[in-house]
Amino acid sequence: MAEPMRIRAKLNGDTVEVKVLIRHDMETGKRKDPSGKVIPPHFIKTLIAKCKEKTVLDTVMGISVSKDPFLSFKFKGGALGDKVTVTWVDNTDDTRTDEATIS
Amino acid sequence: MKLIASIFTALITMTPLQGVAGSSSTDEIAKYRQLLADGNPAELWEMRGEELWKKKLGPQSVSLEQCDLGKGSGVVKGAYVELPRYFKDVNKVMDLEQRLIHCRITLQKLTPEQAVAVPFGSTSNPSDIEALVAYITAASRGMKIAVSTTHPKEQAAYELGKRFFFYRAGAHDFACATCHSKDKQRIRLQELPNLLNRTDAQNTYSTWPAYRVSQGEVRSMQHRLSDCMRQQRFPEPRYASDTITALIMFMAKNAEGGIYDAPALKR
Amino acid sequence: MKIILSVIAISLLVTGCATAAMQTDTGKMLVARLEEDFSSKGPATMERMLNQDEVQKLCSAYPLEMSDEQMETLQASQLKTVKYPADGNYLGEWKEGEKIAQNGRGMQSSDQVKGTNGGNCYACHQLAKEEISFGNIGPSLYRYGKLKGDGEAVVKYTWAKIYNSQAFTTCSNMPRFGHSEILTEKQIKDVMALLFDKNSPVNQ
Repeated sequence: MAEPMRIRAKLNGDTVEVKVLIRHDMETGKRKDPSGKVIPPHFIKTLIAKCKEKTVLDTVMGISVSKDPFLSFKFKGGALGDKVTVTWVDNTDDTRTDEATIS
Repeated sequence: MKLIASIFTALITMTPLQGVAGSSSTDEIAKYRQLLADGNPAELWEMRGEELWKKKLGPQSVSLEQCDLGKGSGVVKGAYVELPRYFKDVNKVMDLEQRLIHCRITLQKLTPEQAVAVPFGSTSNPSDIEALVAYITAASRGMKIAVSTTHPKEQAAYELGKRFFFYRAGAHDFACATCHSKDKQRIRLQELPNLLNRTDAQNTYSTWPAYRVSQGEVRSMQHRLSDCMRQQRFPEPRYASDTITALIMFMAKNAEGGIYDAPALKR
Repeated sequence: MKIILSVIAISLLVTGCATAAMQTDTGKMLVARLEEDFSSKGPATMERMLNQDEVQKLCSAYPLEMSDEQMETLQASQLKTVKYPADGNYLGEWKEGEKIAQNGRGMQSSDQVKGTNGGNCYACHQLAKEEISFGNIGPSLYRYGKLKGDGEAVVKYTWAKIYNSQAFTTCSNMPRFGHSEILTEKQIKDVMALLFDKNSPVNQ
């Protein structure tokens, strides 16, 4: 079950710095458990961040990103009080959306 | 994530590792931790723990919000830095996890099995206890570690913990003291805190629980001690036992005055 | 310190423990607690934890206070436990020795009963130059054989040291690899080769 992200969005001058902490196993599907069975893959495929309906970050993640990822990025054009929404979709078609207000 | 990974790789390759590599790799690891200071996944456990603290559970749908962690009913802020402590209602010294279990049973009317279920989480099986511990300990961040040993039972717990600290046994003749009673010792390249030294004790005790990158979970002091004992070649300690509480009391007292800074991030 | 001691004394009198026997009482309380709070798992048994042998008992004291005479007696009794190889060959294969030195497993509650144990030498000692991940709890063993030669006396001493380090250093931190049955005779021979064989990476 998708767990909430922790998103912080801070305005510095004309740039918004967004920091996202994500709870996700990011299992590659290449590891084996102690009994020798392959642990099924479970990882985020895409992550999109939007501000005021505009896409500010469009990513393709995958098995090279490690467990409980921390993502940090910057964009211009956001104002105090605007909402930043982040949505991820994983390989099991599970998805999670959370938002934060730019402060 | 890839950007941070490449910074880390760059830092590691820039560090000359010659002969005794101990302190320079520690400095680089400290730099790496600073880079990640904002990104400690433990925050996600703290969030989940706060929800669980407020969640109504058990046959009578009660939350933990009336739980007395030592500073009064429902007071979470500053509770951890005064634990372990003597509790009059049970006439014994309890650490955080013992007290949490106590509240889960007496307040929420969970069965003992339910109350201690999944003390240590794994990928597919998250631990409610670890989340609650993350939430409660975070509420002591920035405060001074200040456990009391004035009550005779508190003093007795301290003495018992101290005795155990020096207790040599098992196939390897190890005691806690074997690794943790001298300055600047290390196993392989892992530096070992001298828990009899006030500064080392403060730095160590103030950074548990921690999100352990090697485990991908928030681990409490209970887990760290349990793992210590495994490596000491000791048999398995029962979760939330009095021996562990006594040992925690010993360490917390030695760390007196340190500024609490957890949940932290560790390897 | 004296003030704290008298506070402890008073509080213990209140709780009924005799101050003179304070040390022994805490000791007894500890063993009673350990019995309740721990359970055997895998090769890590309650028997080995609750029944401290003479070395473990004496070396659990804090502060450690033993007269020279007591130390000598203890060392002598530990030396008696050393079993030298029956066939008179002290050296095995250094390649196997290196594996044993690198292997940190064995005798833990997470290990198998009667499994193969490692010596974990690198946890505490420097050995081969190439291995930079080594601890500092014990002295460096780099160039051991090169520096000490392989005369009979030093070979026998080294064997006994690995077998039971308490024979020479009272309350040593080093496990008693032979006496405590952590390593087999063959494994100790391999570690000896790692230290003494002129082709061993330790002696390059």
